Amino acid sequence: MDIHEYQAKKILSDFGIGIPRGGIAYSPENAEYKAKEIGGSRWVVKAQVHSGARGKAGGIIICNDALEVARAADKLLGKKLVTNQTGPSGKIINRVYIEEASDIERELYLGLVFDRGSECIMVVASTEGGMSVEEISNKKPETIIRSKIEAAVGIQEFQAREIAFNLGIETGLISRTAEVIEGCYRAFSELDATMVEVNPLVITKDKHVLALDCKMSFDNNALFRRNDVSELRDKSQENPSEVYASDRGLNYVGLDGNIGNIINGAGLAMASMDMIKSAGGEPANFLDIGGGATPEKIVKAFKLVSSDEKVKVILVNIFAGINRCDWVAEGIVQALQTIKIDMPLVIRLAGTNVEKGNKILKESNINYIEAHSLKEAASKAVEALKKIEVK
Amino acid sequence: MSILIDEHTKIIVQGFTGKIGSFHAQEMIDYGSNVVGGVTPGKGGSTHLGLPVFNTVKDAVKETDAEASILFVPPSYAADSAMEAADAGIKVCVAITDGIPSHDMIKVKRYMRRYAKSEKMTMIGPNCAGIISPGKSMLGIMPGHIYKKGNVGIVGRSGTLGYEAASQMKELDIGVSTSVGIGGDPINGSSFRDVLARFEEDPDTDIILMIGEIGGPQEVDAGKFAKENMKKPVVAYIAGLTAPKGRVMGHAGAIVSAYGESAVEKVELLKESGVTISKNPSVIGDTIKSVLKGQI
Repeated sequence: MDIHEYQAKKILSDFGIGIPRGGIAYSPENAEYKAKEIGGSRWVVKAQVHSGARGKAGGIIICNDALEVARAADKLLGKKLVTNQTGPSGKIINRVYIEEASDIERELYLGLVFDRGSECIMVVASTEGGMSVEEISNKKPETIIRSKIEAAVGIQEFQAREIAFNLGIETGLISRTAEVIEGCYRAFSELDATMVEVNPLVITKDKHVLALDCKMSFDNNALFRRNDVSELRDKSQENPSEVYASDRGLNYVGLDGNIGNIINGAGLAMASMDMIKSAGGEPANFLDIGGGATPEKIVKAFKLVSSDEKVKVILVNIFAGINRCDWVAEGIVQALQTIKIDMPLVIRLAGTNVEKGNKILKESNINYIEAHSLKEAASKAVEALKKIEVK
Repeated sequence: MSILIDEHTKIIVQGFTGKIGSFHAQEMIDYGSNVVGGVTPGKGGSTHLGLPVFNTVKDAVKETDAEASILFVPPSYAADSAMEAADAGIKVCVAITDGIPSHDMIKVKRYMRRYAKSEKMTMIGPNCAGIISPGKSMLGIMPGHIYKKGNVGIVGRSGTLGYEAASQMKELDIGVSTSVGIGGDPINGSSFRDVLARFEEDPDTDIILMIGEIGGPQEVDAGKFAKENMKKPVVAYIAGLTAPKGRVMGHAGAIVSAYGESAVEKVELLKESGVTISKNPSVIGDTIKSVLKGQI
């Protein structure tokens, strides 16, 4: 789960990390008022959307008086911000963060992630702040500092100090910088985060160490014990179909193609998408309906996939393990009695009781194309699509 | 032979008396697995499915000499149960549970380092279908009948995609020595490499099928290991060629976040290690068949 910059900043500030003075605003008037409340003479108005690269997309505006702050807020609020991370539809700006502008001397990069290779928490830092970590590793890989933290004992002062020295921080600010690194680590480990990124971490001209921008992501599997984090979820930043799916226990990711998928199991779902591509088609979604493919779940899956306007053909691929094909077939028949699907439907059943399942489908009056293998299912779906396109 | 489990392996079920635990325990018993009891704290002394229930894994091991366990414990307690199994001297523990926090898995792995190599438990999973040595024993939730007994070792992240592969193989009359599901989570008990090393030692396994997917470094590491340390051929299929970057594809661990983690990159790196690639998921069986033929 991702959160907004202002929420991440509040968390980091609670862990002792310096952040510029700032406040959240929901309207231009509110923004102007906040700017005056914060004080100073220069402000930054920042669109709060779940994406990086907001600056390049016009989502960050520097203002020299409070009226400009109001105008900037007016320009951003209610609009969709399209960055290179949001996809072409962009993400809605429902709030802006007003922050006092900082006089920056140095910009650094600081990130914490799980290192899946060593199964440790890894601190990644670089002297080249402001660029994305991918960009840094392409352009200036020699500046990247990595430090593995043993989760059982947590980060040690010497490790944080070492990173600070390696970043070339001046002596007087070493312990302050080390505290920032330790604070990020504590936030990461105490809140079940999967990523903390402070980019840039800045040294200001008046010698403060501040988190100027930050991102945090959390482990969805740990939200059951993190009410305070769960509360920060902003569904307006998520794809509506994905929200619909996750609220109903389905795993869905929207894609750009036109062949909709209903599959059981994440691996088989990815494999079916690959098979569609290899047959010359494009998948419209990833959808894993999970182990217990009950009629209710199948109805929800059909509703979800058919609600995508791009979808022209639906492919159902179920490998019944503990499940049984006859149950799944009954579920499909029931589902199609509940909702009307007026597009070609390719169904492939496999596994336990497959003959019974196919018999049930055949004897029902549903209109579908039967397939017996993964390959056949994909090629029949692509064929059906071509027929529509010819018409 | 086979790896990890055979017909003699004594099995206990952790989370035995729950609905899911009961269902799958019965399936395993019906398959012929040597299930000797189970653990549900607070229900020790009772009988379930005709087998004894214990309060602790230590009690169960003491009374039954169990060597393997399978976890059907909710995510919030699963890490604790895995550590309990390790401490009780269980040798192989399969965690079926989906949804264990990554921080908890890191804790489990750190905890297990306290044991000497010879005493250390092998954990399989979490978020996996388990292990089956066809015709001998099933320590998992897979449909046993789709696996034919034979000489191909299977190791994969996904449950249903593993079933797809096993059934393609069965249609071509190719059998399996052992199939191991290492699970879809970012931090797992055993890696592809750990399982490949076991198959290399197993006289009944002649070739290994590795079913990977996007995310993490384990498939590529396993490829390097195979190149440097293995004589047996490895065939691989990597799912997720069409998966977008930075998105979680169902499995918590199926996310591309660094170089070498996308399906295309994994395939390239595996080829460099001499691994034979099944170019799409419908030819997994055929690819194994042709590699097997080449051997003869």
